[in-house]
Amino acid sequence: MEILCLGLSHHTAPIELREKFAIPDGEIGSAAAQLRSAPGVSEAVIVSTCNRVEFYVAAEQTAAGLAAVREFVTARVAAPDEGVFFQHPTAAGVRHLFRVVSGLDSMVLGETEILGQVKKAYAAASESGATSKHLNKLFQRAFNVAKDVRTNTNITRGAVSVGSAAVELAEKIFGRLATCKVMILGAGETSELTAGALQARGVKSIFVANRSYDRAAALAQKMNGKAIHFDEWQRDFHDVDILIGSTAAPHHVLTAAQLAPIMRPRPDRPLFCIDLAVPRDIEPAVNDLDGVYLYDIDSLQAIAAHSLNVRRQELTLCEQMIERHAAEFGAWLADEPGQRQTFMRAQAEGAKP
Amino acid sequence: MDRLLLVISTCCFFLGFATTVQALRARVYRASGLNFFAILAGFFCQSAFLYLRGQQVGRCPLTSFFEVFIFLSWALVLFYLLIGPTYRLSLLGAFTSPLVFALQTIALLRLPDAPVRVNMPPNPWMELHAAISILAYGAFALAGVAGVMYLAQERQLKTHHIHSIFYHLPPIRDLAVANRRLILTGVALLAVGIGSGFMVGNWQSHTSKVAWSIGVWLLYGAILALSAGHRLSPRRAAWLSVGAFTVALITLSGISFIKEPGIH
Repeated sequence: MEILCLGLSHHTAPIELREKFAIPDGEIGSAAAQLRSAPGVSEAVIVSTCNRVEFYVAAEQTAAGLAAVREFVTARVAAPDEGVFFQHPTAAGVRHLFRVVSGLDSMVLGETEILGQVKKAYAAASESGATSKHLNKLFQRAFNVAKDVRTNTNITRGAVSVGSAAVELAEKIFGRLATCKVMILGAGETSELTAGALQARGVKSIFVANRSYDRAAALAQKMNGKAIHFDEWQRDFHDVDILIGSTAAPHHVLTAAQLAPIMRPRPDRPLFCIDLAVPRDIEPAVNDLDGVYLYDIDSLQAIAAHSLNVRRQELTLCEQMIERHAAEFGAWLADEPGQRQTFMRAQAEGAKP
Repeated sequence: MDRLLLVISTCCFFLGFATTVQALRARVYRASGLNFFAILAGFFCQSAFLYLRGQQVGRCPLTSFFEVFIFLSWALVLFYLLIGPTYRLSLLGAFTSPLVFALQTIALLRLPDAPVRVNMPPNPWMELHAAISILAYGAFALAGVAGVMYLAQERQLKTHHIHSIFYHLPPIRDLAVANRRLILTGVALLAVGIGSGFMVGNWQSHTSKVAWSIGVWLLYGAILALSAGHRLSPRRAAWLSVGAFTVALITLSGISFIKEPGIH
């Protein structure tokens, strides 16, 4: 039995093409079942996310299996362009899947969301009867590989974006964010992304203040928060746990002298200040106040860069682990009559994804 | 036999500390159950030692400074076992075990360990007073440990120098809460300890100890009151809990033997 992978990803195709070939969540199970019924295909799983559309099939013959997938794609959307669609025969396909679930093939190295997406895709295919012995074994193995890689390396360690670094720091200050109130000064894109990341972790409420009240109201509505007039932000400030500054003001909007009397009655309630503005909104001296933790865009980016560097250093180890798992899976597959030579040959060719 | 138990217990705490240090120094940190089980094993050995010593001296084993150190270590571990898992403060054990290891090593190497025969019959109020008071110091000791953890984490947050331990230490707010609750527990226990001391009857002959105990109680009570009144930041409370315990431990050694050779 051959295990084949054909698809496109953010490495090979722009978003316009990826969205064209994408298959909606609700359809991936039935689409996998349809692909499985194609001549030459024994089993099928389709992984479709914003960054990739990949077809995994088990087939008796490589050529027939790949041809069936191409026909399926052509019938659904258009003929797969060889410039953007990659195809991996058994050993490389197995290795590719293991890299994908481990987050090594993701846009953000080491991200873990892809594992859940692949699990969903497999569950949908399995429920619609599109999988059997080989792909069941392959995907179960892949999930174990992902767990192994995540547990035994630092590939998921730390935050690799400004937003996630801010969330990570907030959680190290406050623990659970469910009781935290956030105030955004200046409705910019980065502040929106950062507040969105905090909101995803369940912050209690969000206040938005902007020089243009309409813009504040629009962002507040989007974030299910409350808009306030910029002149009045200090009135609500005493009750805030996280402040995000991203105004276009040419001077400090918040100074240590302003903040000191606000912090005095709340010494046991920390304040996390995220200054995303350039020039900076918050005077650096506020970091010297007890219970105030100030991070500007540079310090957040430095944390993200450091984490990314840590993750990159783990790549070699991750690849070694994946190679070992792929070899073990190959050995299992090779136990099937007539399989050993095929797999060993493919592995020796060492086709990298 | 009882000394051997103590040596084993001390080795367990060293093992607990060493496994955590090793885990933290490893490329990938993995919370090891070994640390917890080493501390648990050490606690059982401590308990067995205290039981045997209690049988030997015929009362609560607080007849010598050696026993006070061991009882204090036992109380510290008891509080860790009670609150560590509750607060998910897994690394609290890593910070607790070296302190217990140090206390027990000092006791084993520097203090006479022979049981002290006390001629007076055991007085239940005295037993309660001594045991509860040392338990209170156990709570204060663990508050100091939580304080050290708070200061370590807070420093990283302030300076933006994030080390690998940052990812494994709990949030500073949780540490501040644990610190405050441990001080509250210690203050409540010490109040009972001091109160029961007055019930012994001859407290006038121990005025220096009484004054010292009340002084410690007032010091921790002030930390608690200032924190509750929003007049003390968690950072200062952490510093004070570390400092107060250090002072209490140092002065304990001086005050314990002012009037007579035993705590009783």
